[in-house]
Order: sequence, then structure tokens, then C-alpha cells
Amino acid sequence: MDLPPFQELIDTHATTVYRFLAARVGFVEADDCFQETYLAALRAYPELKEATNLRAWLLTIANHKAIDNQRATGRRPRPVATVPDKAVDQPPLKERALWALVGDLPVKQRDAVLHRFVADLPYADVGAAMGCSEDAARRSVFEGVKKLRERLA
Amino acid sequence: MTREPRGSRELEELMTAAVQRATADFARRAEDEDLVDVAYANVDSPFGPMLTAVTDKGLVTVVIDGDDETHLDRIARDISPRILESPARLDGVRRQLDEYFAGQRRDFDTPVDWRLVRGFSLKVLQATAAIPYGRVSTYKDMAIQAGSPKASRAAGNALGSNPIPIVVPCHRVLHTGGGLGGYGGGLPMKKFLLELEGSL
Repeated sequence: MDLPPFQELIDTHATTVYRFLAARVGFVEADDCFQETYLAALRAYPELKEATNLRAWLLTIANHKAIDNQRATGRRPRPVATVPDKAVDQPPLKERALWALVGDLPVKQRDAVLHRFVADLPYADVGAAMGCSEDAARRSVFEGVKKLRERLA
Repeated sequence: MTREPRGSRELEELMTAAVQRATADFARRAEDEDLVDVAYANVDSPFGPMLTAVTDKGLVTVVIDGDDETHLDRIARDISPRILESPARLDGVRRQLDEYFAGQRRDFDTPVDWRLVRGFSLKVLQATAAIPYGRVSTYKDMAIQAGSPKASRAAGNALGSNPIPIVVPCHRVLHTGGGLGGYGGGLPMKKFLLELEGSL
């Protein structure tokens, strides 16, 4: 199996993976999930049998790490006692509302929408990253966007 | 006073910075966990940046022909695909090469990883590694030292595909008649190195 040097997976796909994670778990947790994703990928890399869609492979790992992270943060008490000593830039209200709605979509539709519009993947790759067909991916995106439109209206 | 809406370019820059930071943190953790089998970085030289790479055993390649991609692909195939750009791991090599090009260093004391070289080529290049600074030898002599006196041409091929030029000084090997022979980085570079060492 001829695998490209691992650095190529960073140079080519780091932004996509980071975008996906930022949308999936938020900017605060994205850093850690990103590192866990790439560490897991680097550990498993020499054993990889199929190098035709490395981006989908990375995004599959990223999705697992996002799930792990959400389980862990669900158990952890949220730090609310501390007060920030400076203003933190927040995305505009409308944008935050949209992300909240995306987060409320059924899992399949949420992931499909994030892969398609945040990671900017073509439908074939959305399917590959989610382990379903291209058509199924297209349907999930369509259903997800339809639901978002209804709720935003 | 109205606040300027945040432009998409500004958001892109924030994203780029976040990705760079996360990538750097990942690289540090990968090093800490010993997951990086080959680390590489560019080193400056009078002929422009040269890609250099190390393993846990030592210096495995110096690229002087500019074809970084081919050399990294070969390392991925022959050694390990766990290859990351990691300038800090090349600090020692960089310093020694800087000193060499400044005429302040005659011998390299960085360990060498010979894994990319096998058989007759290994014998030829190990004989080459023993040619001292400021001296020259011939393709024929390298063939003799590698145990095959008639294999000058094969010795030339072995030297031509030397994965660790400069540190394994194939530039010190010339034709028997005194002709410069060939060089992977081009003849001007070979001439430059021989002049630097006072051999020309």
C-alpha cells in the first residue's frame, strides 16, 4: 500500500477537519478534538488498507472524536462560576441561532449538513464520510436543509 | 457609532490561525508520543533551501535535486509513512550544515541512517563517507574499496543515487583523469563544494 507522507493529510485536509469540528462541537472544544483526531489517524496510518479517500477517513475519525467529546463534556460540570475578564467575540445572533438549529437536527441530517456546507464536501464524499451511499447523503442534506428553512421561517 | 460587520476575509484569517495553532499542538503531542518516524524540514544553503530528514537513527536524506516530493514518497514507502514536518528535530543538522557552508566545519558528527541504501551501493557510500575533507578520490577507487575493482560504472551509479549528499561526500569522487564527473545537484554545486574545501 503506497501511502503519502502523513504531512500531506495535514496540508490538504486540516482546514476541512477543523471546520467540521468547530461546527460540530464549537470552537472551544474543536482544538482538542482536532488533535485527538490527527493523533488517532497518525497511530493507525501505517496499517491503513485503503488510501483512496483520506479526507473521508479523517472525517469519520473526527466524528467519533466529536461524539466522545460530547459524552465527556456532558458528564463534566460546566465551568460557570468563573467570569471572563474580557469580552469574547461572539458570532452574530442570527448565526448563533442557525448553529443551534443545526445542532438540533436529527444526527444523520446534522452530520450530512455539516459535511456538505461546513467541510464543503461533494455528496460522494459526504456519503463516504458517513458510511452511506451518495444518494442517501443527498437525501439527508435535503431533509436537513428543508427542516432548517421551516424553523427559520 | 456602528460596528463594522466582521468581513469574511477576517473570519478566514481567524480560521487559518486556529488551524495553525491546532496543527502545531498536534505536532508537539505526536513527537511526545513517539509517533513521528521521520521528521523533515528545509535547511538553507548557498543553493537555496534543501529538504533534510531524520529518523530516530539519524540523518536519512538531504535533497539537492529539488524533487522533494519524490524523495518523501520514497521514504514513506521504504521506511514509514508517519512523516511530519518538524523543524525542531532538524536543529542539529541545520547548525552543522550552516557551519559547513560557512567554512567553519570539516566533519559532520550527526549520526547517519543508511536504511535507504543497500548492497553494493552501501559499500560504495560507506567508503565515500571515509574520504576526508579537502581530499578527493575516484569512481574506480570507490569500486575497489567496495570489493569490485571492475565496477567503476556501478560505483558511479551508487554515488549518483546517494540519498545523503554533502554529509556523505560524493562530491569528493571524480573521474580517474581528473574530470569532475556528475552531481545530483548539478556540476556548479559540485564545483562550489570542492572549492569550499580547497580541493579545486
